[in-house]
Amino acid sequence: MTADHRTVLICRGTGCESSRSPAIQAALDAELQDSDVEIKFTGCHGMCQQGPIVIVEPEGTFYANVKTKDAPKIVESLLHDGEPVERLYYKDPATKEQLPTYHDIPFYAKQKRLVLHNCGRINPEEISDYVEAGGYQGLKKALFELSPEEIVDIVKQSGLRGRGGGGFSTGMKWQFCQQAKGDVKYVLCNADEGDPGAFMDRSVLEGDPHAVLEGMAIAGSAIGAKQGYIYCRAEYPLAIKRLQVAIRQAREQGYLGKGILGSDFEFDIEIFQGAGAFVCGEETALMISIEGNRGMPRVRPPYPAHSGLYGKPTLLNNVKTYANVSQIVNKGADWFAGIGTEKSKGTAVFALTGKIANSGLIEVPMGVTPREIIYDIGGGVLNGKKFKAVQTGGPSGGCLPESFMDVPVDYDSLIAAGSMMGSGGMVVLDEDTCMVDVARYFLDFTEKESCGKCVPCRLGTKQMLTILEDIVEGRGKPGDIELLEELGGGIKGGSLCGLGQTAPNPVLSTLRYFRDEYEAHIFHNKCPAKTCKHFITYHILDSCVGCQLCRKNCSAEAISGEPKGIHWIDQTKCHKCGVCFEVCPPKVFSVEKRTGDLEIHTGEGESL
Amino acid sequence: MSQEPKEIRLTIDGQEVTAREGTSVLDAAMANDIYIPHQCHHPDLKPVGACRLCGVEIDGRMVTSCTTVVQEGLDVKTNSQKIHQARKTAMELLIADHHMDCLACAAANDCALLKDSAYLGIEPEQLQRLRPSNKGLPIDTSNPFFQFDPNKCIICGICVRTCDEIVGRGTLAFIDRGFDTVIGTFGNKSFIESTCESCGECVVRCPVGALAPKRPKFAAREVQTTCVYCGVGCGIYLGVSGDKVVDVRGDRERPTNEGSLCVKGRYGFNFINHSDRLTKPLIKQNGEFVEAEWEEALELVASKFAETKGDEFAALASAKCTNEENYLIQKFTRAVMATNTVDHCARL
Ligand SMILES: Cc1cc2nc3c(=O)[nH]c(=O)nc-3n(C[C@H](O)[C@H](O)[C@H](O)COP(=O)(O)O)c2cc1C
Ligand code: SF4
Ligand code: SF4
Ligand code: SF4
Repeated sequence: MTADHRTVLICRGTGCESSRSPAIQAALDAELQDSDVEIKFTGCHGMCQQGPIVIVEPEGTFYANVKTKDAPKIVESLLHDGEPVERLYYKDPATKEQLPTYHDIPFYAKQKRLVLHNCGRINPEEISDYVEAGGYQGLKKALFELSPEEIVDIVKQSGLRGRGGGGFSTGMKWQFCQQAKGDVKYVLCNADEGDPGAFMDRSVLEGDPHAVLEGMAIAGSAIGAKQGYIYCRAEYPLAIKRLQVAIRQAREQGYLGKGILGSDFEFDIEIFQGAGAFVCGEETALMISIEGNRGMPRVRPPYPAHSGLYGKPTLLNNVKTYANVSQIVNKGADWFAGIGTEKSKGTAVFALTGKIANSGLIEVPMGVTPREIIYDIGGGVLNGKKFKAVQTGGPSGGCLPESFMDVPVDYDSLIAAGSMMGSGGMVVLDEDTCMVDVARYFLDFTEKESCGKCVPCRLGTKQMLTILEDIVEGRGKPGDIELLEELGGGIKGGSLCGLGQTAPNPVLSTLRYFRDEYEAHIFHNKCPAKTCKHFITYHILDSCVGCQLCRKNCSAEAISGEPKGIHWIDQTKCHKCGVCFEVCPPKVFSVEKRTGDLEIHTGEGESL
Repeated sequence: MSQEPKEIRLTIDGQEVTAREGTSVLDAAMANDIYIPHQCHHPDLKPVGACRLCGVEIDGRMVTSCTTVVQEGLDVKTNSQKIHQARKTAMELLIADHHMDCLACAAANDCALLKDSAYLGIEPEQLQRLRPSNKGLPIDTSNPFFQFDPNKCIICGICVRTCDEIVGRGTLAFIDRGFDTVIGTFGNKSFIESTCESCGECVVRCPVGALAPKRPKFAAREVQTTCVYCGVGCGIYLGVSGDKVVDVRGDRERPTNEGSLCVKGRYGFNFINHSDRLTKPLIKQNGEFVEAEWEEALELVASKFAETKGDEFAALASAKCTNEENYLIQKFTRAVMATNTVDHCARL
């Protein structure tokens, strides 16, 4: 084999950049500049945990966890022997098998990458790469072959629903904006992505920014807008930089600006950097924020389609919604409608995290089951632990138990189950996760992110949070569960915007599926997952060999014992940090975590 | 030519009512003696639908009646079980968060929170299930006329909107997020250090005792009159107790000010009973001021005027006079005293 026509793809998404992929690129560049090997940097491949990732095409050789010092080896393989560097292969955490190409890796094999099809394939800072990959064909078609009504029709027929979480029909929304009266209209892109742990939109913007620009331009031509804004959080510097480069190149090449592609269509895009408040992702708050005011949602109607930014008809869609549109217009409504379920078409992009073997960014057809996602793509629960629940929809979503594992994932099935699609977080929880604590975690987030405007959300989330804190810290009272349900219902029904209307979901869904865990905390002084410090105690078993590791590591000086003798823990001194549990050698395994064992609680729960 | 506003017919709780086009469902109900609880609504301000207490049911959906405009044939239910429950939850949350210091509160006899909690029949036992906030935030007493107690604030935003929409000063804003949201001035400075001009417009609209006058008012009766401070002539009611003025409020019916007042008109009434106030003219005799009768004083002034002419004379008019009076002063100065040297305190 020769080195000819090989392309080396180096991931430079935020994850891989932070683990120094630019240095790897520099090293490869230096060595390979006079060769025929082409070096390209790309956006995210999705398997961020394995980064920095380097791929060699056309074989699809997949190198994981590459370091700068590995560069000479890769160069040697490319220029000389052609033998791939086996030790950099990805190792399947389940089978421990080394897999040479990404085609072999189950993580990729089961995915269907539409929105992410260019991510990791093209250089996001070269418009020519995007065009070569078929980019801007949709816009061309929209401008020269389709009337605005026909564009809206295609989007409607495709069945595309908003990827920002709500799942409203994109075609309908476009139609409202098209029919709204007004000579000034706006096209906005929601790139606020405020869910904790979410990075789907960021990856699209970093890996394929032109797809979003193209989608927005098509939207502009359909509804009759000349100006677009991308509302992107300022914490996404790389996404903003790539967008800036993309917008500049699109203007230079006539895809943005006056007389686009020789037509009489005029459309330009500006980036608005948001301060990163979660609530600014809500549509009215987003617009109020662009206008320069504090981002607080307002009552609808009027809907943005009639009175949005600066009181003008405004279309707002999510990053991924636009990224889908460019392909739908190019390839047709039927192509898209052929993917997914009856009511949820296309794919879903998830940030798969938590207690999962392969975390990362994935894209699957709507309708696959959580089991397929977690076991086939994600490689199962981390460290062979038992699966407990999967959390979707971020702070607005809920936790679904084992019994949901085979239900097809789409907008409607998730809502029926008490969760929601959200913008695509998927967190796997194992047997060691306390569901009350998970609910508390999410509510802590929403309570702090509430804009403070309306009573049920501002005070209700705080009230629920305080009750949850009481429960996990042993102060739960009889009646608290009912109160949580009552408040949850009141907040859902009474809040002004989607933040409050969905904030109780993590609590209500865990109450629905894991009520016994709440009861265990309140009535039995137990945390079944053994996570809530108040309810656990550490004990040293008689099998202790007296190695003294625990005693030396205990910062509370709660452990006593002679070398080679059995140790013990003074429960009144123990901070429950769990260090003893961690350091006790696995072979000995003499420290035990128990719950409900010692009646040393002082909480009100004890009065029972 | 503006068109006559259309009359809209709708049904509220089974009662047929009419309302002018553009009226909110809340206003239409209240105008027909159907009470709907509300905390963040104020007739002078644009509605925001923040407190959620004014929720009503239309076609099975809950909407805020303050932000919903009447439409022909609407069928509104203001008190279904669902609505009542939602209001109760919101009200209980507000009370659990409120510093219930009612006995010592300046707003106790006119508190929207107390009124609506009585209307909704909030029961103390129900409240006991909730965790009280006990914020313990410091009270801002920096302003000489009023104080701000964030522990009593229900974050209705009425003060913020008042300062924005009516006063045009924009001093107040929402600060921080979530449960920590508070009302404050730009940069969260104290009132006295902020751009506040102490007009007190926000204070009179605060539905609870969060923004409250420092001197509580105990007026026995009210006297309708006109503010003496300037030519605008704002309508005011003086609150009188015995022979003393203890309070001032704006006259909402007076077209000049529609209830609004400035800091002087609202808070500057101490001079009325002040011991330093001159109630009789003084004439200087042998270097000392001596009390005199009006007749004598005016004659002295007239005789001095008669001795003076042209630029020896200058007139300084007062903002406390009406426009008509000020007109007469300049006319007198030019036509009688033969000089253009006339000025006015409002431009000094
Ligand atoms: C509190 C809150 C936060 C939101 N955050 C986002 C976000 O970060 N990104 C997003 O696209 N949509 C977000 N949304 C949904 C938007 O309001 C809006 O529905 C969406 O951007 C519309 O685009 P779509 O139809 O393409 O989904 C949020 C909604 C709420 C209530
Ligand atoms: S629901 Fe929460 S975030 Fe939304 S307007 Fe009300 S307080 Fe603000
Ligand atoms: S007193 Fe007047 S100026 Fe000061 S904050 Fe209130 S409304 Fe604004
Ligand atoms: S100070 Fe009064 S008017 Fe202002 S938000 Fe608080 S309660 Fe409302």
